Amino acid sequence: MTDTQKETHREPRYMLVWLWLLILTVLELVAVYLRLPRGIFVTVLVILALMKAALVAAYFMHLRFERLTLVFIALAPLIFGVILLVGLMPDSLWRIVH
Amino acid sequence: MTDASTAKDRVVESEWGGGRSPLNVSWNKLMMWLFLISDALTFGGLLGGYAMLRMASPPGSWPNQSEVFTISLVAVMTFILICSSVSMVKALSAIRHGNRSGLRNFLALTILGGLAFLGMQAYEWTKLITEGMSLRGNPWGAAAFGPTFFTTTGFHGLHVTGGVILLSIVLIKGLRGRYSVERNEGVELVGLYWHFVDLVWILIFTFLYLL
Repeated sequence: MTDTQKETHREPRYMLVWLWLLILTVLELVAVYLRLPRGIFVTVLVILALMKAALVAAYFMHLRFERLTLVFIALAPLIFGVILLVGLMPDSLWRIVH
Repeated sequence: MTDASTAKDRVVESEWGGGRSPLNVSWNKLMMWLFLISDALTFGGLLGGYAMLRMASPPGSWPNQSEVFTISLVAVMTFILICSSVSMVKALSAIRHGNRSGLRNFLALTILGGLAFLGMQAYEWTKLITEGMSLRGNPWGAAAFGPTFFTTTGFHGLHVTGGVILLSIVLIKGLRGRYSVERNEGVELVGLYWHFVDLVWILIFTFLYLL
């Protein structure tokens, strides 16, 4: 009984992904160096970090080529993370005031 | 045309295949994914706690990371981990094409990357601890700075260490010829774990060191 599910797609260009990860990392460091206003800085870094994470998940962890259900399962912690942060906000604000 | 499908074939080919689960991955791979997701939630808890404690600190009391940390060193650590993910994926690609020496070489490179990362992390920790940073306080600002940093990076470092051990086991098995074009799931799974460790570091690097 052999596993008949073979890789039917072309292998991703791993070095291209690596290059983009490098570029995005450099952009993050540039953003730090530029001393941007806090709000913009946070937004830019979060977006860059998520892009890097998405590249690793999609191409290295192969999610780009898996069933969409598995992708959604893998994305679930991100949603819970946002819920966690939103849920903790009142505590943070309380601590500042008191 | 002979009807060669047995009952089992029909089950396997159905939408909820049973033979290949509805997600079209093996049980081993699915279990690794579920473990990674639970681990992601754990790290999410640590990062959420960090966010909350930092936001709850008096405004301006959080130490300036670019003054406390050697950001250039940490950037190199990030780069090394990314490179080790590439070598990991190349190791899997090699054994999928039957290239045993490629598997061995790329796995070895991945392990070296992990060890280099751990060494640099240990160096940074030592420097910070000798400067007075601990779980209880630090000389630069908010008291929560120390515990949030050490627990998060420490937990991650533990994962890297475990990963290096796992990679070494897979390398030894590879040297003994246990993997082939058809049988390489162990390599794939350890790769998934290693990419996860890299992914978490990407987030830690951004939120703990840069922001």
